[in-house]
Amino acid sequence: MIISQQKPFEEILTILGEKKRVFLIGCSLCATLCQSGGEEQVIEMKERLIGEGKEVSGHVVIEAVCHILNSKKELAAHKAALKETDAVLVMACGAGVQTVTELKKIPVMAALDTLFLGNVKRFGQFEERCSLCGECILNKTGGICPVTTCSKGLLNGPCGGMHDGKCEIDPERDCAWVKIYDRLEELGQLETFEEIFALKDYSKGIKPKALILERGKKVL
Amino acid sequence: MNFQQSLTQNQFTITTEIGPPKGTDTSEMLAQASKIKDRVHAMNVTDNQSSIMRLGSLAACHLLKEQGIDPIYQLTCRDRNRLALQSDLLSASALGLRNVLALTGDHPQVGDHPQAKPVFDVDSTQLLQIIGRLNEGRDLSTQFMNKPLTEGTALKGKTDLFPGAVVCPEANPIKPQLLRFSKKVVAGAKFFQTQAIYDFEKFENFMKYARDLGAKILAGILLLRSAGMARYLNKNVPGIMVPDHLIKEMESSAHPLETGIKIAARQISQLKGICNGVHIMAIGLEDKVLDILDEAGI
Repeated sequence: MIISQQKPFEEILTILGEKKRVFLIGCSLCATLCQSGGEEQVIEMKERLIGEGKEVSGHVVIEAVCHILNSKKELAAHKAALKETDAVLVMACGAGVQTVTELKKIPVMAALDTLFLGNVKRFGQFEERCSLCGECILNKTGGICPVTTCSKGLLNGPCGGMHDGKCEIDPERDCAWVKIYDRLEELGQLETFEEIFALKDYSKGIKPKALILERGKKVL
Repeated sequence: MNFQQSLTQNQFTITTEIGPPKGTDTSEMLAQASKIKDRVHAMNVTDNQSSIMRLGSLAACHLLKEQGIDPIYQLTCRDRNRLALQSDLLSASALGLRNVLALTGDHPQVGDHPQAKPVFDVDSTQLLQIIGRLNEGRDLSTQFMNKPLTEGTALKGKTDLFPGAVVCPEANPIKPQLLRFSKKVVAGAKFFQTQAIYDFEKFENFMKYARDLGAKILAGILLLRSAGMARYLNKNVPGIMVPDHLIKEMESSAHPLETGIKIAARQISQLKGICNGVHIMAIGLEDKVLDILDEAGI
């Protein structure tokens, strides 16, 4: 899921500036689990903004704001309120914010910082393990991604900064390559580590990426 | 005799390193370098060491070469993608530089521009392969390293570089580090300089492994000037772990710098006969390399 965090409230007030009537949009998926833009946070935001002298023209929590067609439908129900709005404050990831940018001609503001594609370790604990690089190499690295979990994204083993199995930039963080080594050793696949990993094809990850599925084509 | 000849002829080879200034005034760097040039085979020039922005290692190597010093051009993957790395290697070769130390580089987070975008398009093992390729007169364009050499674009004039790399024989755990080391040998590293060595038993074990691979090793010696410095290095410089007994020795000394020189000389004497040479890191006190070598009787 997409991990996000609310910007400091003072920053949100600065972004809104003189804009008086605000419409709030939350997301019932990722931002809800991250407690950054679920129903609860949207209501809390509404109250805080009113407390600062703003008017809240309406609010809605959409299932997957990133889904443009779905969001268009949901927002159509709030047409009247949106007409009376100076700014839309979106409490969803960057993808969600840009859905609203595409749909509405009024100023759209991001209330969250979008952090990463995360695994949920336990409730309220998220970790980045995949960075959407466009070419998965997990089959050669014991199922642990060095592109993401090594701070340098190295492909041929631990750097000189590894200390007691930890990363040079954070003594709390495990060295990805020590973990990969242990895993491959456990699986009896160390010969994969011995091979020199070729340069990565970063052209596979050129942004912005897009994918169009062929219509009518059967998936396996 | 230059660095490459000294190593090839199995002489105990001495290198040291010099850090370019933060700014354009190279007078102090050159003055320090000229004081020690006759006592060392080569001088490493660091590349934005510890991710602290400084004058470039390529320009500094060129200036040292003009003074008759054999420089070792340190090149990290932190700040350059594959285009810049190849281009800088061609530039180095055109300026007559031969020795290159291929490094991954510290993360920008540990330096003075932590907001910088880290590059790491290539890692040090792959950089060694790139050097091998340029030496064969081919570049990386249109194909990747796993494709046959003949598919690369032919260069107008090939490089003649003598590639080296680094290894941390005291890394814990050691096994992944050793595998990476052997990959660097396969990738074409002709010599290795190590991070500071303190545990000689561990180092001898490492040397057995290195000798089997046919790798030439220059053991790292780091000049300590105070107990405080040792603690600072342990805390802030990735890969350096000064043991407590040396910190205590420094602490109880009335003249810590002299003690530091003695410790370094003692370490060199211990290493003679074990490895192919030493790499002395004096970090700003380059002229003290002379005292260390005198004390060690070299």
